[in-house]
Amino acid sequence: MSLKAFHIAFIVVSIVLSLVVTVWGVREYLAASSGSALLVALVAAVGGVALVVYGNRFFKKLRDLP
Amino acid sequence: MVEIPYNVEARPDTGLYNAKLGIWLFLASEVMLFGALFSSYVLLRTGDPNFMTIPHEIAEHLGGHGESHVWSDQLNVPLAFLNTLVLIFSSVTMVMSWVSLKLEDFGKYKLWMGLTCLCALGFMVIKAIEYNAKFSHDLFPSSGNFLAIYFTMTGLHALHVIGGLIVNGYLWGPGAKMWKTEPERFTNRIEVAGLYWHFVDLVWIFLFPSLYLL
Repeated sequence: MSLKAFHIAFIVVSIVLSLVVTVWGVREYLAASSGSALLVALVAAVGGVALVVYGNRFFKKLRDLP
Repeated sequence: MVEIPYNVEARPDTGLYNAKLGIWLFLASEVMLFGALFSSYVLLRTGDPNFMTIPHEIAEHLGGHGESHVWSDQLNVPLAFLNTLVLIFSSVTMVMSWVSLKLEDFGKYKLWMGLTCLCALGFMVIKAIEYNAKFSHDLFPSSGNFLAIYFTMTGLHALHVIGGLIVNGYLWGPGAKMWKTEPERFTNRIEVAGLYWHFVDLVWIFLFPSLYLL
């Protein structure tokens, strides 16, 4: 497996993690009104979207990289 | 002088050059090492109903910090999450440094690799802050099985980050001389270092939710 393929797999796992952290943060906020948990959830959600955009662009741009 | 075969070009039957075969064998042994620790954690956590409970005397000592009586609530999730972001960003900078070499832009390689090293340093600083907070509350590996697992796994991971930082620092500094004499071989070295770095980041991606969130 090349670094390119490993990087794509890593980004996919990171996107899944951002989803998990978002759900965790929202649940913590609803259960204990934790402001820091809500902030973590927000950053994770934004980060997840950013990773989807980045992953898509990375995959398209580097498809032809030797 | 006899030239070592498959140092740069891939061996036809495996499709890998020597260093890439070597790093994947090494990473396989690393999977077994961390796999054993993850298995121990899962078995202890599911087998011992009191695994996550803070003993009464420690909870009393913690005062307001021990309100929940659950070990995972003693961990700083926002700080660990920040470290997660740092490592994810560092994987992007690492792969960009390799892409820069593929595109024969050595200046950009230095920039991206330098940023990767800075991210690794940042991770270690945040980890030191986190550890210091534990020690200042008299929380050590001997305080409980959860903390023993926590310090073992995060400590071993931190050692891997330090190892990666040393290698990447060398490839950014004195090791970068190879670009002038053997550019393809140097590019392969960065790919191999990148594979290791991605593995270290991936371990953290699994460590973070299993220790801090669950």
